[in-house]
Formats: sequence, C-alpha cells, structure tokens
Amino acid sequence: MAADTLVIERLNRTFSSPAGDVAALSNIGLKVKKGEFITLIGPSGCGKSTLLKIVAGLDSDYSGTVLLNDKPIEGPSIEKGFIFQEPRLFPWLTVEKNIAGNLSLKDPKVRAKVDELVALVRLKGFEKSYPRELSGGMAQRVSIARALLRNPEVLLLDEPFGALDAFTRAHLQEVLLDIWQKNRTTMLFVTHDLDEAVFLAERVVIMNPRPGHIRTVLPIDLPFPRKRASQSFQELRRKVLSEFEKVEEPAVDHDHGAGI
Amino acid sequence: MEKTAATPLVKGKAGSKRRRRNQIQLNNILLAAALPIAILIIWEAAGAMGKLNPILLPTPSKILEEFVSLTASGELARHLGISAWRALLGFLLGGGLGLAAGVWVGFSYKTERLLDPTLQMLRTLPHLAIAPLFILWFGFGETSKILLIAKRHIFYPPFYVNTFLGIRSVDGKLFDVGRVLQFSKWHMITKLIIPAAMPNILLGMRLSVGVAWLVLVVAEMMGSSSGIGFLINDARSFSLTAVVFVGIIVFAVVGKLTDSLVKLLERRLLRWQDSYKGDETL
Repeated sequence: MAADTLVIERLNRTFSSPAGDVAALSNIGLKVKKGEFITLIGPSGCGKSTLLKIVAGLDSDYSGTVLLNDKPIEGPSIEKGFIFQEPRLFPWLTVEKNIAGNLSLKDPKVRAKVDELVALVRLKGFEKSYPRELSGGMAQRVSIARALLRNPEVLLLDEPFGALDAFTRAHLQEVLLDIWQKNRTTMLFVTHDLDEAVFLAERVVIMNPRPGHIRTVLPIDLPFPRKRASQSFQELRRKVLSEFEKVEEPAVDHDHGAGI
Repeated sequence: MEKTAATPLVKGKAGSKRRRRNQIQLNNILLAAALPIAILIIWEAAGAMGKLNPILLPTPSKILEEFVSLTASGELARHLGISAWRALLGFLLGGGLGLAAGVWVGFSYKTERLLDPTLQMLRTLPHLAIAPLFILWFGFGETSKILLIAKRHIFYPPFYVNTFLGIRSVDGKLFDVGRVLQFSKWHMITKLIIPAAMPNILLGMRLSVGVAWLVLVVAEMMGSSSGIGFLINDARSFSLTAVVFVGIIVFAVVGKLTDSLVKLLERRLLRWQDSYKGDETL
C-alpha cells in the first residue's frame, strides 16, 4: 500500500453573501495515494473547483482537515502545481520565459529543465514565440510545462482542457498521461467531461451540488493505454453516467448555488 | 486595382504589396507636407513683395539664415544642450518619483487612501502659481527649473495616474498565477505588475515628455541666462524676431523627436501586444 499523499477530512467551506450563507462544500472526505490519478466530476456549482483551490492553498477559509504529506496546507507551495482553466500565460513573455516563470533561464539547471519540458509538451521550435502566436492547445501545453517546472508532487488541474476542441483535448489527454507515467505525479483533475474523467482516472470522484459533497468514488480498473471504443470502457462510462443522473435529479430545488 | 499585367516584373503578391505600401507612405508624406509648403511659399512671396513688417514677421529665408548663423556660432547647440539637460534631469527626478508613487499607490489600498487625495489636490495647483514660489525658495538657479519640470512629471496626470491605473487594471487571474508560482512581493512587482502596466506607463511617459518641454520654456523664460527659453526671451526684448522663430522651431522639432523616441521605445517594449494596429491601406 502506497502512503496517502493527500488526506481530506470533514472539510466544510461556506460562502457568505448578503442573501445568506451558501454551503459550497459539506463534509468532504478523500484520501489520495501517492502517484494516483483522480478525476473530480460533477455539475457546475458542486464545489469541485473550490476543493481544488483549497488544496492549492489559494483558499484558506475552510474548516476541517486538509493534509499534504501529513502537513496542513499553508498557502501555495512548490509541491503543488496548478493548471487553470485558461492558460493564463504572461503575454509579454516568450514561451520559454513563461515556463521559467520567476526563475532565470541563465541558470543552466533551469535552462536544461525548460528545454526538457518544451520537448515533453511537444513545443520544440516555439520557445521564442509569444503567447499571441500560439493556438489554444499550444498555450495550454505551455501552462502545463510551467506547472511541471518545479517537479510538483501533486498536480492540480481545474478543467484544463474545457475550452479546447475535441481533437486538441484528446491529444493533450495523451500528453498528460505520458507525463503522469513518466513522473508519477499525483494528479487531481477537475472536469465536467464524462469521457475525460473515465479516460484519465484510476478513481473518479463524483460530486453532488447544494451543498457540494462527494456522492461516490468509482475505481476505473482499466489498463493504460485505454481505448474509448472498447466495451469495458463504455460500460464504466455508463456506470458513471448513471451515478451522474442520480446526482442531477434532486437538484431542482431553489437556485442559489452560485456557480463557483 | 491597378493593372498589374502592365508591369511584367511583379515579384508575386508580397512584392506588389510592399510597393503599394511604399506608395501609400510617400503619398501620406506629400499630403502632410502640402499645406506647410504652401504657407511657406506664400509667406516668402509676401515678404519679398514688401507686404510684411520684417520686424514682426521675418521671411522664412531670413529665419533660415538666422538658424545657420546661430548654429555656426555654436550658440544654438549650447542653449539646446542646457535645455535638454534640464529636461532630462527633471524627467528622471519627476518620472522616477511619479512612477514610484504610482506603483506604491497602485499596489496598496492603504497607501491609496493615504496618499491619493493629497496627490490629486497638488496636481490641480496651476504651474504658473507654483513657479514664483520655487524661484523664491531655490533662486534663479538650476534647482528651481529642474524641480518645476519634475513637479510637472509627477503631478501632471500622465505619469502618476497612468501608472496607477495600469497597475489596477492588471488581470487578477495573473495574480493567482503569481501566487501559485510563489512569486515574492518583489517578483510580483517586477515580473507581473510593471510589465502588465507597461502600455499605460509608456503612454503616460509620452504625454508627460511632451508637456515637460512646455514647462521648460516657461521656467527658462521666467528667469534664466541660458537655454532655448532664454534665447527666445532675450531675442524678444531686442526685437530679433527671426531668433524667436528659430527658438520656437527648435522646440517643436525637439518635442517631436522626443515623442518619436518614446514611441520607438513603446514599439520595442510592447512587441508582445496583440492589438489592432490600424489598417495601413485606409
């Protein structure tokens, strides 16, 4: 048994607004093993992005326990890479400088690592390009490389491929699995795409809104590389979908679960 | 469309496009020059016919003559050098302070509430009202002139206000990136805020530099024994109108040159921008 990298227990997060308090997350409990690939899926407003932000250290206004390597989370740190929904590149920096971030490319160690990452995300030849010259998929690959620069133990991904077309998305999923298999980075991947959730994960966490909580966790026992057309894949997909439909039903009460 | 078939040596589309662009540029220059040239010709002709009072309005050729003699004696270069030096010092002092104030106030909400009201009040003080005070305090020497220009740079809206606005308009999402990558406060400023605010800062700089030259004349005309402003003022008291014209033209040309310099800087520093550059064929 591998050790748990991430332990979440009795986690609650409430957003206060003039209209009253909204429970975004209620009694979340989740244990993630080292090197595991987890996808979080659920309808919008189920708090999956909020959960990710808490793990990232971007949101500290919660109650409960969140431990990374047995230590409580105290803000952003180098062990946690974060990939946003949009690439969020610095438009005034070239691709390689965006990847290097606040580290200097003159440092030979940084230089070597950046070159390695450029190759890994298949962007050779675009090192000196500016973000405006890149397509959406290329830009998102740059942001993946940027997050990997400091060798994070955990990579937190907030619907990173949501805005991309189907072909680019499929390609980047392969790139990500490639990285995962090479580096054994623990992955926490938020998505609203059923296919994506099943294709990538070892375990799919299905979340329910109002208040956001974990409905169920489904293991996906399929060997990699997975084939979307295979019968076993389709069966698991149906299983997740049926859980999903159970999720959707009671969600027709009042509508103040702000889209988070 | 022109008949490209009539010119068999077309180097494909790119070649004809470039030629077309050059043509347009040439046309633009000719068009822009037409009015000034026409005025110069009429002016010269009127002067030659004795229709103008040569003391009040010397002819262009007379002004050119004066320009040549002032240049040859080195007098013009000396005054221009002194003026430029003052403008530069004032710019560095005022621009530096304006930039620092803009960054500081832009960065912190507390500082904004502390400093901004005062700065906004000082900004509205008319320059001509302050000038006598500066002269009283610092005398007719260099200090008062440089401080006057510096004051202009700090408080005239462009530098301080534009820096401030530039910082406040930095995309909050990029701040999250900075936090995730664990940028220090210093890196947040140097790697994120300043580059993101650079378009605004440079715009402020351009407006500011232009106005600084205007302030300089006022400062030099109020009391000075050197500089282009002095040259103009001195010539005026001796009714050397041609010299006044030379001074004015030098100011105009230098003003335009500094503007172009900042524009060049803008183009170099903001290469990354993906904004509409205007259609060159319109």
